[in-house]
Amino acid sequence: MGDDGANGADSGADGTREGDVDGSAGPPTNDGQRFDRLPATADERTVPGRPTRAAVLDWWDERFGIPPEAFADHTFWERGAGKVWAFRGTVPTPARIEGLGITALRTRQEHWKPTTNAAQRFGGAATRNVVHLDRDRAARFARGEDQPLDRDGDWGYLIVTHDLAGDPEPIGVGLYLHGELRSQIPKGRRRDL
Amino acid sequence: MAVLDRYESLIDDYGAFRAACERPLPSVVRVNTIKTTVERARRALAASDVETDPVDWHSGLFRLPSDSAGANWPYFHGWLHGQEEVSAVPATVLDPAPGERVWDACAAPGSKTTQLAALMDDAGLLVATDNNLGRLSALRSNAERLGVTNLAVTNEDARTFSLAPFDGEPFDRALVDVPCSCEGTIRKNPDALDDWSIDHVRGIAGVQKGILRRAVQATRPGGTVVYSTCTFAPEENEAVLDHVLDAETCRLVDYDLPLDHSPGVAAWDGATFDPAVGKTKRIYPHQNDTGGFFCAKLEVGG
Repeated sequence: MGDDGANGADSGADGTREGDVDGSAGPPTNDGQRFDRLPATADERTVPGRPTRAAVLDWWDERFGIPPEAFADHTFWERGAGKVWAFRGTVPTPARIEGLGITALRTRQEHWKPTTNAAQRFGGAATRNVVHLDRDRAARFARGEDQPLDRDGDWGYLIVTHDLAGDPEPIGVGLYLHGELRSQIPKGRRRDL
Repeated sequence: MAVLDRYESLIDDYGAFRAACERPLPSVVRVNTIKTTVERARRALAASDVETDPVDWHSGLFRLPSDSAGANWPYFHGWLHGQEEVSAVPATVLDPAPGERVWDACAAPGSKTTQLAALMDDAGLLVATDNNLGRLSALRSNAERLGVTNLAVTNEDARTFSLAPFDGEPFDRALVDVPCSCEGTIRKNPDALDDWSIDHVRGIAGVQKGILRRAVQATRPGGTVVYSTCTFAPEENEAVLDHVLDAETCRLVDYDLPLDHSPGVAAWDGATFDPAVGKTKRIYPHQNDTGGFFCAKLEVGG
């Protein structure tokens, strides 16, 4: 299940759509109303711009040191342009349903961005681009506040952790930029803790 | 609450029942074992200065001071989910295992769905269906906060549920926690009975029969279906099972329930039911200081 390429029936079936509104038969495009399984590799891609499973696994590994094995039981799907969902298991593709696993990642933009929920669910395995906050700073982060951060390295998205019940636990995603850690906690999930 | 007087003949200590219905409910949370352990959640709550009272029949439930259920670190991390004590019953009766195919037919807002996912260790296929798109959005955000990744969500009427998106293969287990007249939630929603009418009870019972029949059809022979409501009305409980026992190939089975309860009633309002409805269980608010509930376990096949 860990390798999309092993399931030949799925590959190539992503995102086929009959022509465009004007009747011309252009390349298939992303259909925001359904889930399409990501192609295993670029060779199997039929929808331009759609990320591949290989690229998604590489990205988690390169950016955060989360090994591909962490997602061995998960398949990746696109619904909504660039929105990648992680689903444990598989169903036939395309799937015209309302939800499939959790939204994990924003792609189709220069810098891919993990979701808060994916950071909480998978971010415990991260070994780089992680910033650990003390009690007060963690509380500010959960409120959605920006705060100064001294850090070596390039700007970009970080997994933010704090200690809870004796061990580090991922809170969410921060954007490190211009000496600042910008909380990416969505408005609806911010809390005064 | 005069509506409840229609059940006086069914309930042993009706005075205690009515008195319990007048009291507010304690706030209860369930530990989400997809993201943490019961012990670690307890320590995290203690570190947040939140007192916890254990619930003796279920190690993963805590009673909390009423104002603190959603405003603490473990909740933020999706380690906890607010869920009334009796609402945790049907998933434990269905008892799904990792790797199984499970359907939650009336799933939103997802307390029981996410409990099923935790019982499955987030492995195997869990399909959650609801006919209300707005409530499905609440289900989706609960499932995401709790880190449930083995969930597929569909928006349709459970009575005409389609297995097509799921290879057409039947389920091992189905939870049928139907929309109901909600009489048993009176402690949580004091206006729960304001719009009560016998026509509504009869109308919704027809929907309940249709949903339960579809769940039996969509479950493999030998599989398990659990039917539950948060109401006392026999029209929505034993009468629904009596109908489905006759219309579909399935049978009621007994099960252990570590809460005080009463057996299903064999007759009501001039009707008598299949005696097997004695295997269903009614939970009254005064028996365990909880909300009211009804739960039945069915095995599919002859």
